[in-house]
Amino acid sequence: MSSPSSSARKRARSSNPPTPASEDPLSLSPRPREPSTGELQPMPTSPGTDMQSPAIQDTSLFSSPVARRSVPQSEVDMSSPLIYDTPSRGTPARQRPDLGSVRKAPQVDLNSEPPSGDATVASEQTAGQRLVIWGTDVNVGTCKEKFQRFLQRFIDPSSREDENACLDLNEPLYMQKLDEISVVGDPVLNVNCGHIQTFDADLYRQLICYPQEVIPTFDMAVNELFFDRYPDSVLEHQIQVRPYNALKTRNMRSLNPEDIDQLITISGMVIRTSQLIPEMQEAFFRCQVCAFSTRVEVDRGRIAEPAVCRNCNTTHSMALVHNRSVFSDKQMIKLQESPEDMPAGQTPHTTVVYAHNDLVDKVQPGDRVNITGIYRAAPMRVNPRQSQVKSVYKTHIDAIHFRKTDERRLHGLEEENEQKLFTEERVSMLKELAAKPDVYDRLSSALAPSIYEHEDIKKGILLQLFGGTRKDFSQTGRGNFRAEINILLCGDPGTSKSQLLQYVYNLVPRGQYTSGKGSSAVGLTAYVMKDPETRQLVLQTGALVLSDNGICCIDEFDKMSDSTRSVLHEVMEQQTLSIAKAGIICQLNARTSILAAANPVESQWNPKKTTIENIQLPHTLLSRFDLIFLMLDPQDEAYDRRLAHHLVSLYYQSEDQVEEEYLDMAVLKDYIAYARTYINPRLCEEASQALIEAYVDMRKIGSGRGMVSAYPRQLESLIRLAEAHAKVRFSDKVETIDVEEAKRLHREALKQSATDPRTGFVDISILTTGMSATARKRKEEVAQALKKLIQSKGKMPAMKYQQLFDDLRGQSEAAITKDMFDEALRALTDEDYLTVTGKTVRLL
Amino acid sequence: MPSVQDWINNPLGVVDGAFAQNNSGAEWEKKVVEYFKEKLKVNGAQSWVPSLNDVPLHYLKPNSLVKFRCMIQDMFDPEFFMGVYETVDSSTNSKVLRCGKYKDVTDCGQVDFNSRNAVTSERQTFYCVPIPGESQWVKENYACSSQARVVPSTSYTPNRHKRSYEEDDEMDTQAQQENKLNSGPPNVDSHRNVESKRLETEAPSQNNSPSRCSSNLDLNFPLPGEQGPACLVKVYEGWDGFKLNDMLEVFGILSVDPALSLMADDKEASSLLDPTESMETVEEQRAHSPPASLVPRIHMLYAQPLKHNNPLLPSAVSEDKGAFLSGVLSELTSVRSELLTYLTHIFLGDSLAAEYLILHLISSVYARRDVLPLGKFTLNVSGCPHSSPYTDQLYQIIQQLVPSSYQICMSLHNMNNQRMVPRKDYTANRLVSGTLQLASNTSLFLDETQLEQGQLDATGVRNITALGNLISWQKVDYDFNYHQMEFPCNINVLIVSEGRSLLPSDCQVHLRPALSPPNLEEYLKTVQLAQASSQLNKYRVYFTVARSLDYNISDQITKAVEEDFVEMRKDDPQSVSAEDLHRMLIVARLLSLSYGQTSLSRENWIKAKQMEMMRISRTQQQKCVNGNEP
Repeated sequence: MSSPSSSARKRARSSNPPTPASEDPLSLSPRPREPSTGELQPMPTSPGTDMQSPAIQDTSLFSSPVARRSVPQSEVDMSSPLIYDTPSRGTPARQRPDLGSVRKAPQVDLNSEPPSGDATVASEQTAGQRLVIWGTDVNVGTCKEKFQRFLQRFIDPSSREDENACLDLNEPLYMQKLDEISVVGDPVLNVNCGHIQTFDADLYRQLICYPQEVIPTFDMAVNELFFDRYPDSVLEHQIQVRPYNALKTRNMRSLNPEDIDQLITISGMVIRTSQLIPEMQEAFFRCQVCAFSTRVEVDRGRIAEPAVCRNCNTTHSMALVHNRSVFSDKQMIKLQESPEDMPAGQTPHTTVVYAHNDLVDKVQPGDRVNITGIYRAAPMRVNPRQSQVKSVYKTHIDAIHFRKTDERRLHGLEEENEQKLFTEERVSMLKELAAKPDVYDRLSSALAPSIYEHEDIKKGILLQLFGGTRKDFSQTGRGNFRAEINILLCGDPGTSKSQLLQYVYNLVPRGQYTSGKGSSAVGLTAYVMKDPETRQLVLQTGALVLSDNGICCIDEFDKMSDSTRSVLHEVMEQQTLSIAKAGIICQLNARTSILAAANPVESQWNPKKTTIENIQLPHTLLSRFDLIFLMLDPQDEAYDRRLAHHLVSLYYQSEDQVEEEYLDMAVLKDYIAYARTYINPRLCEEASQALIEAYVDMRKIGSGRGMVSAYPRQLESLIRLAEAHAKVRFSDKVETIDVEEAKRLHREALKQSATDPRTGFVDISILTTGMSATARKRKEEVAQALKKLIQSKGKMPAMKYQQLFDDLRGQSEAAITKDMFDEALRALTDEDYLTVTGKTVRLL
Repeated sequence: MPSVQDWINNPLGVVDGAFAQNNSGAEWEKKVVEYFKEKLKVNGAQSWVPSLNDVPLHYLKPNSLVKFRCMIQDMFDPEFFMGVYETVDSSTNSKVLRCGKYKDVTDCGQVDFNSRNAVTSERQTFYCVPIPGESQWVKENYACSSQARVVPSTSYTPNRHKRSYEEDDEMDTQAQQENKLNSGPPNVDSHRNVESKRLETEAPSQNNSPSRCSSNLDLNFPLPGEQGPACLVKVYEGWDGFKLNDMLEVFGILSVDPALSLMADDKEASSLLDPTESMETVEEQRAHSPPASLVPRIHMLYAQPLKHNNPLLPSAVSEDKGAFLSGVLSELTSVRSELLTYLTHIFLGDSLAAEYLILHLISSVYARRDVLPLGKFTLNVSGCPHSSPYTDQLYQIIQQLVPSSYQICMSLHNMNNQRMVPRKDYTANRLVSGTLQLASNTSLFLDETQLEQGQLDATGVRNITALGNLISWQKVDYDFNYHQMEFPCNINVLIVSEGRSLLPSDCQVHLRPALSPPNLEEYLKTVQLAQASSQLNKYRVYFTVARSLDYNISDQITKAVEEDFVEMRKDDPQSVSAEDLHRMLIVARLLSLSYGQTSLSRENWIKAKQMEMMRISRTQQQKCVNGNEP
């Protein structure tokens, strides 16, 4: 349901700004020129209002606004300094329930009463300005002036916020925003508290400490300014100032009693939103005897019901008329600490947030938000009839501004840009580290120190963590090139594959860990679910989508069903996920790197078989992995000794001893985050030459045996790896050494995974065709032998199949199976040398 | 002792006194805490304080000092309260400053909310439950030690204890049975077994004394069928130091003000008054402010983290701890051999399995290297007879040895229906517990012999995954709906199965019975009965002490181990992997500890190797046998 005020507001939005000439006094459209806006348009359905509305219209149109009694009362009390005495004849003001009952604040002359606390600040002011709001050191006049000065003068040339994208950074920022308001008509001015602080620290302090008083003053100031500049513009209501990013940004845990009634910004995740609650702002009473009506404002949740009718002096004759009272929207939101902010071993805290008016329904459960608002506490009463009070306060936050932190992901920007701001020292520390010549080795040994050796695999994973550079070729029609590096680990059980995966999963901010055995295609991608409460169809994302910009670790890759694995095809090359189900057709981003671990088919690696036979995964999928590592036992004495030493030390070394030896996990995390955010290496000329050479070499190796062995995909892999290596060095250029390392790693991985068991050669063709070159050679030999045999038989147009087979077997010294014979026949058929029909073989 | 009277019966008097004395400073708060700490340090002073664990709530005096042995099940949001407030007496119009610390409700008079002297303070609330799976003997021993010294208290105290026992018939019969068990008539004992079994299997149906709880209110115990009060513990300082699932002994002021419950009843009335309150759902109200008669509040003065909940060991503060320890250590070896004989009998003459069980029971995660927990030793005893109640009896025996334990029958029904992983309920805003929310060093007994063929549904798969994660990484991923949160744990998992378990384990021992008694049940009972309770107590102390010993490996032995490993690999690289070395090192560590030795000796290393050899050859043989079977 929507409250009367919200419905009125909606109508106001849709109607054109009426001019006095066009305005029909009888029309039901709201009267934007009427200053008494506390009384919003009554419900059209109510007969009483229908009767009354023309009358009100008349008086309001033709009487002077000052004469109307209800004008100031509806908004702000006359006695308060916060009257909106703006020149905005045309634009109604709107109550700000988010700020609470401002109007009750009395003004105090500092001369007559000693100031409560901040005497020093106040005494600097001139005598004429000594009037401050009670309990604060805020002088309305000064405050207003300061804020106006801020709006007119503040320039932030280095601004990097996306909101300011199309603004001229060398002009006053907020004047441009006012200009925008006059064009767009959305009467909300978001002000970055950080800007206020750099401009006027004292004003900022006041804003933080007394938001309830200062923000209305800001409102006043901005409206004066706005209607000075744009006297003709008509807004839905007066401009409201919404400060955000109060620099005291805190996490929920650090909120304490000193923050009560102050402006705070906290981050968290929305876990629950309530339904819309209409909250009465102003009650409408009518005398049942004489029909005299009066309005009473709600003060702190209470309505003072008039006992006597002022018109006819009847007692207890006033009755509340609901549909003429003014309501505002309100929504309760539960905010939970974001998981990153929490100390280990504790449960997250939650806070209640109230959103008012148009902030209602701005956020959904699951959203990560930064909320700026005023922290409130109210005592709880045990029982209304008792004077005893539960000595506990209920706390909540009245939201003034929401900022979704994960919005940017939709635009494909790295979230870390804003989130991970490194301190100066940290950056210089990281740079110092990057300058060390052995940084690559250092980092790779810092990765999962409890896992022994496997240096190349760790290096591969390290490069995966850094990733390549994202390239956009969408203009030329190829779309995005993937920057993510996919790695497959394959090896004997118990070679700590899972442990590596777990480690990576714990290291990266957006990692997902699934097991092939336990996940379905749906669990990996996304599924559509009906929300039990709202009955809406909701798209629930699976592991792959959740690890967008992260790493998806898939354990027991071999145990995954084929249909599930096929989902990965799209993800691993195009980096998107297409979904078409239950009427939802969409493409989701899944720019995730995949780190998969698989056991060999016979659970133990069979050295007598090729990799393909051992892994038994479709080639289409295998070729999408940039690196395929085998984790095999090196079976080497020296290695064993080192391994034993390493393991034994695990069992007696104290934890700090180990800490010293390796880089801290936190440093590694920061290093990666920094590199991913700020370093975008590009290929230099030499490097491209080196890449070309490397590629040509790879092709040559294959062509030597008459086979195409390397594909463009492998070249792309090389480029990505080289880029990642450049990132490790914090270098903006990909140089030859990067290419060298990429080549080495690629070869290293392949050397192990594509060694032909029969020849001992490295053979990439195993990966691409699933068959080793020797096997192919043998096939050819059989075909040639068969051809010779047929030729030796002279001119015979047709032969018996069985007889030919027997002849061949008799002639060949090696055993020839029926399969081999069939294959040879097929090869000859392909050469258009013969055809096989049924049991006869015909020459052509 | 009149002073005892004061600080136990009227601790708030002490608090108010201190507050009145130095009105201005904040030191009084520290002084109060110091005062109680001092008082509790006195030898035996802790046992004068009645415990919520063994005294029913309605026998305790409101606002008196109580203690509570518990585990933190959930942490609520911090709350702000009136630390200092001013009341106005309406008749005389005089203002009085009062202290709101350690209280739920303000005292008499109208509170002046706008007072300048008021101080708002912050406190944190923990939802605490009795330690899940705490064995009966632990409860009894704690209760006994407390009762023994309560004598100096007022006239009603002993009386209260007596009545509490009458009331608590369950515990009472148990105690009686314990006595009878020692004297030995077997028929009563069988009754005991049946009863305790019933308690375990049909636990969810509440068959306890009516005084305990009336239960449409879910007290959110991790394990079904648990009893005892749950408590809301209000913590005033240092709450960041506590973690979920920590075991604590809380000393604090009991608050059961009926006003707290009244609020829950009168919800409609109060919600009219306070608009903010109406925003809370009914569920949330129930979870966060349950009636005080069911969930009392304790205002914490002092909390002592418990490393173990074994009542037979002296508490951490007492002075004679060192002497006690050295006493235990001196006879550790002899206790070990007795224990080994006992367990060998239990395992039907299989001493190897008994050895491994000892190692398993003293294992504990002592460190974590990045994701790898070190020191865990999950044991899979395979080859257990399927049909007989052998596994149940085995569990009962373990229950008698360890302070806390829990048995999960891995039947399909259980796997598909039990909630194992705790889940955050956002409507009620609390963490709904699951059976895997256990305190440190709890023994989890997984009975896989109960598993039959059939389909696991989504919950079942999740449960199996959770169990697998628990075993491999010693962590449980709590379900927070929008994300998962990892909580490290330290749970000893013992799996009994027919064949190799479907869950991962560190070590699998195939049971090889040397004797097959005609009546298995009868046999096990006689073995059990042969153990005097003093004997059992020795074993109990043994496990706790052995677990807490320090351990190291000298350089010399390190070298030897390395040599050994290289040597073993030389012979047959396939048979010994890094994984095997890991296991051998754990076995060696636990073996040393089980003899009370704090560093690895050559003999123990060799013994560990031999044990592993024997165990592996046994499993391989088993494989052969199975392979030959059609």
